Amino acid sequence: MPSGPNISTSLFDRIGGVNALPVLLMIVALPLVGSLSSWATLTFAGLAMGMMIFLMASGLSLVFGLMDVLNFGHSAFITFGAFIAATVLLALGAWVEADSLTLNFLALFAAIGAASLFGLVAGWFFERVIVRPVYRDHLRQILITIGALIIAEQLILAIWGGAPIAVPRPALLNGSIIIGDVAIEIYRIFAFFLGLAVFLALYLVLNRTRIGLLIRAGVENREMVEALGFRIERIFIAVFMVGSALAAMGGAMWAGYQGLISGTLGGELLVLVFIVVIIGGLGSIEGSLLGALMVGLMGNYIAFIFPKLALASNMLLMLVILLWRPWGLKPAVGG
Amino acid sequence: MSQMELASGPTADPARPDPARNGRVIVYGLVGLIGLALAFAPFLFQDVRAGQVAARICVFIVLVASYDLLIGYTGIVSFAHTMFFGLGAYGTAIALKQMGAGWDAIIVGGAAGIIAAALLAALIGVLSLRVKAIFFAMVTLAAASVMLVLASQLSGITNGEDGLVYQVPRLFKPAMKLMTDADGKVLKIMGVSMNGKITAYYFVFIASALLFWAMMRIVRSPLGTVLEAIRENEMRAEAIGYKVVAYRTAVFVIAAVIAACAGILWAVWLRYTGPDTTLSFSIMIDILLMVVIGGMGTMVGSVIGVVLMSLAQFYLKDLMQLAASATEGISVLPHLLEPDRWLLWLGLLFILLVYFFPAGIAGTLMKKGNH
Amino acid sequence: MSEHILRLDDIHTDIGQYHVLHGISLEVPEGGVYVLLGRNGAGKTTTLRTIMGLWRARQGAIVFRHHDITALHTSDIARLGIAYVPENMGIFGGLTVEENMRLASAAGGFDDNRLQRIFALFPAMEKFWATPARSLSGGQKQMLAISRAIIEPRELILIDEPTKGLAPAIIRAMIDAFREIAAETTILLVEQNFLFASSLGANVSVIDDGRIAHSGTMPDLVADNELQTRLLSLSLDAHQ
Repeated sequence: MPSGPNISTSLFDRIGGVNALPVLLMIVALPLVGSLSSWATLTFAGLAMGMMIFLMASGLSLVFGLMDVLNFGHSAFITFGAFIAATVLLALGAWVEADSLTLNFLALFAAIGAASLFGLVAGWFFERVIVRPVYRDHLRQILITIGALIIAEQLILAIWGGAPIAVPRPALLNGSIIIGDVAIEIYRIFAFFLGLAVFLALYLVLNRTRIGLLIRAGVENREMVEALGFRIERIFIAVFMVGSALAAMGGAMWAGYQGLISGTLGGELLVLVFIVVIIGGLGSIEGSLLGALMVGLMGNYIAFIFPKLALASNMLLMLVILLWRPWGLKPAVGG
Repeated sequence: MSQMELASGPTADPARPDPARNGRVIVYGLVGLIGLALAFAPFLFQDVRAGQVAARICVFIVLVASYDLLIGYTGIVSFAHTMFFGLGAYGTAIALKQMGAGWDAIIVGGAAGIIAAALLAALIGVLSLRVKAIFFAMVTLAAASVMLVLASQLSGITNGEDGLVYQVPRLFKPAMKLMTDADGKVLKIMGVSMNGKITAYYFVFIASALLFWAMMRIVRSPLGTVLEAIRENEMRAEAIGYKVVAYRTAVFVIAAVIAACAGILWAVWLRYTGPDTTLSFSIMIDILLMVVIGGMGTMVGSVIGVVLMSLAQFYLKDLMQLAASATEGISVLPHLLEPDRWLLWLGLLFILLVYFFPAGIAGTLMKKGNH
Repeated sequence: MSEHILRLDDIHTDIGQYHVLHGISLEVPEGGVYVLLGRNGAGKTTTLRTIMGLWRARQGAIVFRHHDITALHTSDIARLGIAYVPENMGIFGGLTVEENMRLASAAGGFDDNRLQRIFALFPAMEKFWATPARSLSGGQKQMLAISRAIIEPRELILIDEPTKGLAPAIIRAMIDAFREIAAETTILLVEQNFLFASSLGANVSVIDDGRIAHSGTMPDLVADNELQTRLLSLSLDAHQ
């Protein structure tokens, strides 16, 4: 794998290599944004947004790395997750509005839990029925998951209708913490820590357990894992289910973050998720985290500095990183 | 690669006609009929809507066939085809808006669109065609969505979501009198007025036919043969000494240029260019559905796919409306048969098609026993 | 003749539309090294992959001991006691040497005795125990691939061109290691390097164009210069 010019690598590596990129981005943004308090608000927003995108991207990246499957249906999991969470929160209106932290959190966890559970089950169905018959045939795989995406989007329209839905947010997560003249929304803090917890859990499973060892090995060379006596399909389906559940969880968090959701949400986020997976490198959750944080930060800073370039900025980021490292920042397998 | 093809016995039984040959006769016959129908469309189908459908079919045949160069002949999955289509259309539209309704505007704007499409395609190709096919799909999707956002945000030039409405050269205006009778009125042949609508349609039809013919030449040229070799076995082609990335990039650029040409025709015909008519993701999905339904890697398949899908889009909804009202009262049925849900059924049909007839209509008919 | 551990009976294998194997029949006796020779593209690798279930035979039978393994899943074939070292070595570069070995051990733990013997055979494995395998040298990767194949007791090891691209000094060390391994198990070895193959093999088959062109003992082949030239000239030319 080409790793950039050697001279710059040494200094770059000493300050943390690619891991330092989000921090560098923050530092560069400070003078451009101008005001410290705006910068802090944007940074927290970017980190929270990044973590939610990480939830969606990590599953896609793992499925992609392990099975070589690009699942366009992934965006349907995101949308379904958002709508299911919204439905649960609407149904638990009393808990959501109650002035009790416990009830608030119960409602939120019920919503996230329902979305994730749906993701697990739908992931199982998807892997079994949609993807399994076309493994190793990229073209048909892409076509079939797009067909499934069309159907899923139509089902969402049929169930929830075309009009946007307002998502109630638990009362106590609604406020902000104010430090000096910086206001940080509590929901963003929650989103950040939920994402961080998921990242740590994934990291531990991948690096400290035998199943994680198998997944990491499978990302590199499926055939050899089978030749060592393991059934890779069983790992596939488990990873696919978890990946789908994480997408739905990300969608659920996004619903609460946005407050207003519509059926096109998954499709719009999928582009961001793709960008994250591409710049992070395939099949690596560390890469997904890095990519997601950078995309989240970049999106927020640019939306403030040059509002018109918000989405284009992430494309530009992707372009630059691809030119520098064609396989992404932290690919699981060197090209 | 995954399916092992069992040696199928050659179908050389003289007593029975070769089914592949029969299939070819059917496919080419059908395509010939479609071609004739399009050639005389203004005379055969005289209502306004049918005229729209015919022109759209012409433009989309070019667009879908050029996409087939990628997906069918080269095995590249791109989601940026609408982007190139849009570049051609927007180039023309912006020039017509800024420079006025002249041929010079079409030429300058069209050329700018084509050049932009070619450059962008080359850049994307060089950058990401070396890595995995799936990766390429993602990069193109990201690029296309950025183009869509740009088109709706740079409203100073593109007029944003509303799109551009503009005048076209006088030759194409309905008020133009192509032929006049003794009284100086527009001449009518078989009840059809010989005005600018006719010239506009035949401009679209002839240009589309020429582009389609050019693509037929490309796939039958040595380049087409190399592409097929690469698609069948990339490693082998590389080993023989073909520069796979260079060939793929070349095809990507060619397809982008042809898509931009289709965009020019579309902009001239519609006299309107907006995100929904050129860049939207749903058009990309339409293209995919058309190419797969018709048959990937067959050129003529795209003709069949486009015609079927266009007819379905324009007329299936009417049919479903009928079905929905007929089944009224039967619990969920009318709900699922609602005209707006037609994509649901198309999606289902699409999946079944990819599973069971991955070669599409034309491919399946022509390939039987032909391998 | 001694008991056969592996028998291939008229194996035909297609890869895509190409017919690669046209009726391979082999009988591999228990113990020692059995060598498959042949030119590039003759079908040696395909034969190993077919045994391992990574390609499917269209016709014919593969019998390992008394099991018909022709249609078994690769993982089940592995669990019967067959290890496979592919031509690209199949090393997991992102995993450490230890993790690579741990994957290959059935229970996830190590038999200390076996581990010590592997360290004695390949001291580099102990030295780079905690190093990501991608930073090993080519020779060390090959040693890891072989260590991984013998960390559990295996009855049959399929090895595809272990000397490819290795320096002569390392090849000599490999010969010693292979001798020791072959003392307690059976190795089916695909090789292009005739010197390496002839110093190890007891029996040999030459594959040409997907068919067995010759089968016999290694000493006979070594002694018969004319036969060598006829069967292998192409491959030797290609190799020098």
